[in-house]
Amino acid sequence: MIRFDNVTKVYARGARPALNDLTVEIERGEFVFLVGASGSGKSTFLRLTLREEKATSGRVLVAGQDLTALSNWKVPAMRRKIGAVFQDFRLLPNKTVFENVAFALQVIGKPKHHILTTVPETLDMVGLAGKEKRRPHELSGGEQQRVAIARAFVNRPDILLCDEPTGNLDPTTSLGIMRLLDRINRTGTTVVMATHDDEIVDQMRKRVIELQTGELVRDQSRGVYGSSR
Amino acid sequence: MRLQFILSEIGIGLRRNLSMTISVILVTFVSLTFVGAAILTQGQIQKFKGEWYDKVEITVYLCPRDSTVPSCADGEATQEHINQIEQVLESPEVSPEIREVMFESKDDAWVAFERNFSDRWWFTEMSVDDMNASFRIKLTDPEEYQVINEVLTGRAGVEEVRDQREIYEPLFDVLTKATLVASGLAGVMLLAAVLLITTTIRLSALSRRRETGIMRLVGASTLFIQLPFMLEGAIAATVGALLACVALWGGVHYLVEGWLGQNMDWIPYVTTGDVLMVAPWLIIVAILLAAISSIVTLSRYTKV
Repeated sequence: MIRFDNVTKVYARGARPALNDLTVEIERGEFVFLVGASGSGKSTFLRLTLREEKATSGRVLVAGQDLTALSNWKVPAMRRKIGAVFQDFRLLPNKTVFENVAFALQVIGKPKHHILTTVPETLDMVGLAGKEKRRPHELSGGEQQRVAIARAFVNRPDILLCDEPTGNLDPTTSLGIMRLLDRINRTGTTVVMATHDDEIVDQMRKRVIELQTGELVRDQSRGVYGSSR
Repeated sequence: MRLQFILSEIGIGLRRNLSMTISVILVTFVSLTFVGAAILTQGQIQKFKGEWYDKVEITVYLCPRDSTVPSCADGEATQEHINQIEQVLESPEVSPEIREVMFESKDDAWVAFERNFSDRWWFTEMSVDDMNASFRIKLTDPEEYQVINEVLTGRAGVEEVRDQREIYEPLFDVLTKATLVASGLAGVMLLAAVLLITTTIRLSALSRRRETGIMRLVGASTLFIQLPFMLEGAIAATVGALLACVALWGGVHYLVEGWLGQNMDWIPYVTTGDVLMVAPWLIIVAILLAAISSIVTLSRYTKV
């Protein structure tokens, strides 16, 4: 589903590469934790997968498309197959829960009847049924993140990218979010989650890819957060 | 769904930056009014020339009885003088320039003079001998006045060669200079308009970075993301252009047709019809301005 072939990413000329000759493959339907210290290249990995950045060298293949050769005008269509969730939720404060999720479908031109059926369905799935009319500031952090996940998942993407989705949440709430992501993964969606949360990684026992200064140092199925443990 | 969504986005953008929107409208309004005024002034010149160059002629005044001009030293122009002048006018060098020649004798001139001025107190002082006989000449190209002037001025029996157009030249001069001033101001104002539209679009794009960021993320097409901003600029500029058209129409209707037309009705003036001819161009210019500004700005602030 996602394949990096000898990918190197250098942001500024002469700087240390953010990713250095990385080769890794993630299969369809997998749940993968991306771990490593700050600056290890986790975010760069996600940005390259979303094609917010272009690789300096090497090939990035996502859902069968070579992103390094993809022309700009095809990027939006490609992004519709990917959902993304962030630590800071990125909700629109002046829109209701329903509108926030519907926004993702409106802007890619989905018809109204489709939105009216899919959005409540997705909100129900993430456990926000009955809170459609609330605004983000009226919700708890965990609920806000559920809205963000609903928005990312409402178009049924093949891949869900999560950049520290539990970074702002307490452990109990985080656990709820992880259950939700696990459920989404079971629908066949590939989930890639960058995280610092060792408890969660240790508990979930999924594949763990560890990066260090842009290089792959560990790729372990059913792994834990720290290699030393 | 899509159209409704884009329209609501535009509405939000225009309201959020209301003061900027108004300033864009005002600047395009003023700049396009100058552009329109420049075009209409040129139109006025053309109209005026078209009408008057046909009527206005060169007049070759022949010597009257007591002229002090050197070429009239022999006294009043004789039939011989008149024949010589006619020969010159019919010569192969000169005749191609001439469309029509009309001779006005002293008596003819007196008849016209009597008709126009017999009620003036000084009329009794005048007699038929105070009149000039003259040739009235129409040229094929009115600009070729100089040719006739050269061959006839100073010739025996000719008192003066006068290009009637000279009377109107200062007027054309003023109008041409007015056109230049209006064009210059229009240029400066158009530049200001482009910069202001650019700033407005940029502010609008920055204040909606969150929305556009999410739109990019969920795969909205670039056009879909940029369209509301482009249309915002275009709508504001078009409103400005419409105001400019209204102002020009009002100016022509009340000042030119109403006031000048009443007071000096011997000149053909630009009409509100001409304003309607100019109007679509002003609107096109406004939309072009907005388009240029959008393309420059948006490629930087809402890239994929």
